[in-house]
Amino acid sequence: MSFIDLSKNEVQCKIVFYGPGRGGKTTNLLYLHQAMTDSVRGKMVTIDTKGDRTLFFDFLPLALGQIQGLSIKIQLYTVPGQVMYNATRKLVLKGVDGIVFVADSLKVQKEKNIESLENLRQNLAEDNVDIKEIPLVLQYNKRDLGGSNIPILSVEEMQEDLNKELQVPWFSGSALKGDGVFETLREISKGTVKYVSRKLLSR
Amino acid sequence: MDLVLSKESIDNIISALDEDVLRAGADCVLLVDRSGNLIVNRGDPANLDVVALAALSAANFGATAEIAKLIGEDDFALLFHKGKNENIHFTKVGKGFILITLFGKDVSLGLIRLNTARVTDTLIPILGGEL
Ligand SMILES: Nc1nc2c(ncn2[C@@H]2O[C@H](COP(=O)(O)OP(=O)(O)OP(=O)(O)O)[C@@H](O)[C@H]2O)c(=O)[nH]1
Ligand SMILES: [Mg+2]
Repeated sequence: MSFIDLSKNEVQCKIVFYGPGRGGKTTNLLYLHQAMTDSVRGKMVTIDTKGDRTLFFDFLPLALGQIQGLSIKIQLYTVPGQVMYNATRKLVLKGVDGIVFVADSLKVQKEKNIESLENLRQNLAEDNVDIKEIPLVLQYNKRDLGGSNIPILSVEEMQEDLNKELQVPWFSGSALKGDGVFETLREISKGTVKYVSRKLLSR
Repeated sequence: MDLVLSKESIDNIISALDEDVLRAGADCVLLVDRSGNLIVNRGDPANLDVVALAALSAANFGATAEIAKLIGEDDFALLFHKGKNENIHFTKVGKGFILITLFGKDVSLGLIRLNTARVTDTLIPILGGEL
């Protein structure tokens, strides 16, 4: 749920990074945090981690400057990807305005990507949000492993598995190296601000 | 379900928080929504990361609501954490908002409870009228 403060001409939106466990959601936020200047980023909060697995969520607030006289504040969250933490995922999804789905390019994760996207669709539906309505961007992560001896999915196969029906913007990326991370953020921010302002105008 | 508040509404919220909560001796008071957005903060939050506090409080409240459901309650209306020097008090405001009050050891919990309950009654129509 976005919040627009007309006394400051400011809009706040919530963007959630979703996807299967170990897919690279936290790594996306860590990259953004270290790549951005202090004037843009707030403090990153990572709660309740066990090793590098997210148990609750990560949080990174960003001030993305002005669009048409409105200053844009965006709050990035990650969910825990592990299947058993669905209650926590639902909690973090509350009031979401835009979603980045981080898919894992590892061949062994093919089914997990599909299951996680289906889980997202269901959790949104329970909150009366249609996955086809809300801004959504796919990121095919870990493309840096192409050419290594670890088997990975082709982009075509991932498109076929995940994006055939949805037809949303997508990016190849490597959160570890930072490839595609800013592109993903730019696209989802643009889409979310547009979506929020369109809803506003139709009131 | 987006919230848009005019300058007038924000001003009304600010004066209600100042009069009812800060005057009761609270150090700082924040109004946040349950998705983690910070609506208004008042008082002296030097060195306090209010944006992170808003996000964590919303999540904490959400988690507690799930616990409530597990034991057959709808929700808990308030939460209170006591520290050595600083205490924190959370009150539900309507369905969608939380009021977070920070106060020191010299301020009585009873007074904070009374005043946050009163300000909640003022806030609900301001917020609800514009949902
Ligand atoms: N090679 C490679 N490894 C990556 C990339 N992104 C993340 N990783 C690694 O994958 C592992 C899991 O990454 P996380 O970012 O913790 O994954 P997550 O999606 O947050 O996982 P959960 O919190 O369990 O849901 C870590 O060891 C990362 O270093 C990438 O682009 N390339
Ligand atoms: Mg994680």
